[in-house]
Amino acid sequence: MNRIIEKFQKKAPEEKLMSLFITAGYPDINSSVELILGFEKNGADIIELGMPFSDPLADGPTIQYSSDVAIENGINIDTIFDIVKETRKTSQIPIILMGYMNPVLHYGVAKFCKNARNAGVDGLILPDIPVDEGGIIEREAEANSLPIIYLVAPNTTDVRMKLADSKSEGFVYCVSVTGVTGARDGDEVSDSVTRFIDRVRQNVINNPVMVGFGIKSYEDAQRIASNADGFIVGSALIDSIRNSYPEKDWKDQVFSFVHSLKFGN
Amino acid sequence: MNETTTKYQQPNTRGYFGDYGGKFVPEILIPAIKDLEDEYEKAKDDPEFNAQFEQLLDEYVGRPTKLTFANKLTKHYGKAKIYLKREDLCHTGAHKINNAIGQILLAKRMGKTRIIAETGAGQHGVATATACAKFGLECVVYMGAEDMVRQKLNVDRMTLMGAEVRSVESGSKTLKDATNEAIRDWVTNVEDTFYIIGSVVGPHPYPMMVRNFHQVIGKETKKQILEAEGRMPDYLLACVGGGSNAIGFFYPFLEDENIKIIGIEAAGYGVDSGQTAATLTKGTPGILHGSLSYLLQSETGQIELAHSISAGLDYPGVGPEHSYLHDTGRVKYNAVTDQEAMEAVKLLSRKEGIIPALETAHAFAWLEKLMPETTEDEIVIINLSGRGDKDMKTISENL
Repeated sequence: MNRIIEKFQKKAPEEKLMSLFITAGYPDINSSVELILGFEKNGADIIELGMPFSDPLADGPTIQYSSDVAIENGINIDTIFDIVKETRKTSQIPIILMGYMNPVLHYGVAKFCKNARNAGVDGLILPDIPVDEGGIIEREAEANSLPIIYLVAPNTTDVRMKLADSKSEGFVYCVSVTGVTGARDGDEVSDSVTRFIDRVRQNVINNPVMVGFGIKSYEDAQRIASNADGFIVGSALIDSIRNSYPEKDWKDQVFSFVHSLKFGN
Repeated sequence: MNETTTKYQQPNTRGYFGDYGGKFVPEILIPAIKDLEDEYEKAKDDPEFNAQFEQLLDEYVGRPTKLTFANKLTKHYGKAKIYLKREDLCHTGAHKINNAIGQILLAKRMGKTRIIAETGAGQHGVATATACAKFGLECVVYMGAEDMVRQKLNVDRMTLMGAEVRSVESGSKTLKDATNEAIRDWVTNVEDTFYIIGSVVGPHPYPMMVRNFHQVIGKETKKQILEAEGRMPDYLLACVGGGSNAIGFFYPFLEDENIKIIGIEAAGYGVDSGQTAATLTKGTPGILHGSLSYLLQSETGQIELAHSISAGLDYPGVGPEHSYLHDTGRVKYNAVTDQEAMEAVKLLSRKEGIIPALETAHAFAWLEKLMPETTEDEIVIINLSGRGDKDMKTISENL
């Protein structure tokens, strides 16, 4: 069974699953596996492994920065598959590859889906592929049992939410605010998120619902994800690495932040 | 003259020109793009909208622009007659204003209060700032830090007209990065903001809409050449960066297969130098800024930095319709180097008393290759897309 679905089935009713986004190859290629394993130990339930792109137009400065560093470090799709394979030797944590379509297209969609599946990838999030353009990869993804997770935003219509639900498998990704990725002040991610997630709940009936964009603390997560199945943290995690790397104990600092995101201390 | 015509109907309802185009954007932008598509569909068949657009083109932009017979340039090559479609005579000095006016009218119709734009050479930024001043709308223009230095005059023009020019420091600090920032702004302020894209790029409906706002160039040319020569031309020539002036010029002629149509890209230091902007010549299909089209990209699918002496052609992508026309062979695309473009600036300045924009000069440079193949009874029309005043600093440095 798909590791993502299994994870949600095992979730306690009140528990919020935590999905962590980390740019593959940031801050260096050798640390990626160790970071994923450390995140799992400290409360991560799902890993979104970012495939860096030179022109990440849905992302803010933080993820653009980590992407630029990772590209400088020489990351590419094959090394990302290697990271997944290495992780799979000791871990069954669900791993989703998240990234823009161009590097995937250039790699070859069929080859990408096959190699992703073989490496142990559990799903794909492609922020520049709305449901309308899913045809570019859906057939190959399905042939390799690789689910696609679509995004919905506060301005997404009910009809499109239903469509995203019917085409997604694993969960539906709720973008909590209009804007690019990046940690935000608490007030900015306002109560309207609750109303938005309620509307998602009415339309998304086949999949769990995860909410992301702007979460940077346990408190944010609990408030924003109160009526969701879990939450996603990306930019705040990259910021935490950026603030501590390459101090001697940078990984411990980052893991301690991860622990606090999930457990509040 | 026997006329061969093939019905040309692009894009399809999903915004595809053959295999190219589409809407590869974050979900957040889908409602905005849908609204734009719906509103444009209504507007384009609305006589009132069209009358308003045409009136502004007439009394504000200064259309129709002239078709000038280049007698000395013709004599210089001693072959086909050369005509110039004078988009350099448009208000603000380039064709870009046609599209800016069209999109501003749409923005007003949609009740948007804030306008954003990206700019490379600054011509689209200036055109947008101009239209915003005319219509009293807030205007923010994203421009690469490097381009702001190269095109300081245009930065000053925009500022003078009340626009805020935001310097983009990421990536190559040129048009590609300015476009990323403009899209990010749009994603964040999608409710009240209208994004005026300056070329036939971006997600559907932009490539189609921008083309349609510029097709006045080709339509006028058709009428004018019939008046001047009583027949259709044999060759059309235009420069291609994103490709807006070229497509506006070519589009009304595409169905007439007797006309040879040529687009000229910027080769930079040479198409194989690694420092080029010749996307169709050197690129491969990929996705950037919302559409599938030819791109300059690395072997791992990262977008490569383009290079051209001309800021307006310094872009690693190209409009999806050009990719389609390239694949079908209806339009032939070639490239000329920075140096060849500079020689063309000098030649046109001395022979005709017209200083062309560096972008435009690329089309003129191709005459060196094209003219020997032509005959004295043939006609070549070049789209003189912009004037060169904005480039004087670069031109002086390269004389």
